[in-house]
Amino acid sequence: MATESAGRAGPARERRPRFQTLSGIEVKRCYGPEDVPDAGSDRRLGRPGEWPYTRGIHETMYRGRLWTMRQFAGFGTAEQTNRRFKYLLKEGQTGLSVAFDFPTLLGYDSDHPMSDGEVGKLGVAIDTLADMEILFDGIPLDQVSTSMTINGPAAMIFAMYLAAAEKQGVSLDRLRGTIQNDILKEYIAQNTYIFPPRPSMRIITDIFAFCADHVPQWNTVSISGYHIREAGATAVQELAFTLANGFEYVRAGIEAGLDVDRFAPRLSFFFNVHNDFFEEIAKLRAARRIWATDMREKFGAKDPRSWKMRFHCQTAGCTLTAQQPEINIVRVTLQALAAVLGGTQSLHTNSFDEALALPTEKAVRIALRTQQIIAEESGVTHTVDPLGGSYYVEWLTDEMERRAREYFRRIDELGGVIPAIEAGFFQKEIADASYRYQQQVESGEVTVVGVNRYVLEEEEQPEILRVPDEVQQRQVQRLRDIRRTRDNRRVRQALRDLRAAARSGENLMPRLLECARAYATLGEMCDTLREVFGEYRDRAIF
Amino acid sequence: MESRPVMASQPPAAGGRIRVLVAKPGMDRHDRGAKVIARAYRDAGMEVIYTGLHQSPAQIARAALEEDVDVVALSILSGAHNTLIPRVCQALREAGLDDVVVLVGGVIPAEDVPGLLEAGVARVFGPGSSTEEIVAFTREQVLRRRGERA
Repeated sequence: MATESAGRAGPARERRPRFQTLSGIEVKRCYGPEDVPDAGSDRRLGRPGEWPYTRGIHETMYRGRLWTMRQFAGFGTAEQTNRRFKYLLKEGQTGLSVAFDFPTLLGYDSDHPMSDGEVGKLGVAIDTLADMEILFDGIPLDQVSTSMTINGPAAMIFAMYLAAAEKQGVSLDRLRGTIQNDILKEYIAQNTYIFPPRPSMRIITDIFAFCADHVPQWNTVSISGYHIREAGATAVQELAFTLANGFEYVRAGIEAGLDVDRFAPRLSFFFNVHNDFFEEIAKLRAARRIWATDMREKFGAKDPRSWKMRFHCQTAGCTLTAQQPEINIVRVTLQALAAVLGGTQSLHTNSFDEALALPTEKAVRIALRTQQIIAEESGVTHTVDPLGGSYYVEWLTDEMERRAREYFRRIDELGGVIPAIEAGFFQKEIADASYRYQQQVESGEVTVVGVNRYVLEEEEQPEILRVPDEVQQRQVQRLRDIRRTRDNRRVRQALRDLRAAARSGENLMPRLLECARAYATLGEMCDTLREVFGEYRDRAIF
Repeated sequence: MESRPVMASQPPAAGGRIRVLVAKPGMDRHDRGAKVIARAYRDAGMEVIYTGLHQSPAQIARAALEEDVDVVALSILSGAHNTLIPRVCQALREAGLDDVVVLVGGVIPAEDVPGLLEAGVARVFGPGSSTEEIVAFTREQVLRRRGERA
């Protein structure tokens, strides 16, 4: 027997010399208890619903309540998007999520010269309160929770949402939802900033304070790794940079004189879920543990709600291929399953046609059905954190945390997040990772089915959604009608008060709310603050 | 000291190293592709200028003129390509840059490609294009145009 085994000459053959995760973490053939000696300890794992929440923030998780199924939607005019919202609600979606067009995201009106060709293309165009009223027409704002992906002009768009709720007769303390409002990741990756970092942080702490007093159920910021990842970051970078940003908001709130437990429970997170199944699950588990540990031990938060990281996930748009688009349904399914096994509170599943255009109604329905099948047919929701205790998953969770903390150390050495942004640190790290990934795909080291392997000779073109150019004309016409018919003296006064508040350091939110009520346009509000705060320019690092 | 011989297979064509302007027209914020291709051009030995985001057609043409480039590589995923790309081509012509090679990369529906080619674009690269393919095409186009000019 012994001679026969020796005769096999060394280790069993494997397909590759080494195996690694998408982030480049080397993976062993098999993991055992020796790899996770303290996995069972209360500091590392705990129980679901207990600090440090590695296993989930609720005791019962999906046995108690499923995640919110929240498909990101928006295109064309407010009327068209309102119809898509109603369609999604009818098909069983449980929360709304608004996609704004580029002019709105950058704080320009639809008739600004830069807006030409962009109005309503990749999201809905919102110029004034009138658009916001149409967007939520027939949708009672005390009964839905709304997520709005808006950052540079988050405060202005949020003010319009509040004014729309007032017009529906809904009191602000009943509103539930999220504004993304994560400006740090805009400088790092997503590029829809308006003002420089420091005044932007002041606007955000104004929102924290205003919501603590008036809109207590609102998530004031959704600290987003999603876009950092889409810009080409690895899972480790996404984890590290997102949490570093989160801690930076906590620091800013504390420095603005707020009690950490007054605003931290309303901070939420947003992660990307890419293809490497276990790495994504480990990332989400590590994120919860890091947040809980540092919020308690480093920032002195005492309220358990400040320790619990609540997050939304979206499957990775950048993994979808224009080639053989239907196979994206399989990618999305695997990614969505990883998000659920990672314990997400809310989920968006991408539509299979998104590498080609905005999703058609059919494509978005299939994406929503994917979540419904995982929730109701797969049985994965029957027990909490079913992968907890897996030697590999626990080891990888530890490894993700270790690597994230290594990044925290490097960011600290640069003087913190804002100096690191100003030095181009994040931008360079992401550009490097993204170029490395492209080279791996081109060399075949990373397989992308349908692109560098299993390629079809002839691709058929699926039906795509197109936003006609007439949308822009209709939107510009409505904007001009509003400018003509509103009380322009009231608008001018509201803008003057806004300017004064910006200069004095007074909380901007009540002033913006008055601008919104007076039907001041988004561009007018942003221009007023551009005058005071200045504008940020892209550093074009590659 | 190491010296680099001039290789016969890569003639130092008139005008020296190929100069490329990588530009993001309009409000599009997605710059991953632009940055990847900028780096691929640089790795291939070309001189690369990247405009950064949010550039108007006039700004792009001005940069192309000031930098005296052979190529303008536009990256766009915003859906505004039918409006913006022909304007960039027009602005380049008005700046007297008729012989600059214009390339487009991004999410462009197949049915929009002929219109862009007609507007003056040399080729549209869709999702999944390899940097190697884009670099090779760019080099071939520039050398051909330089040859025609010489």
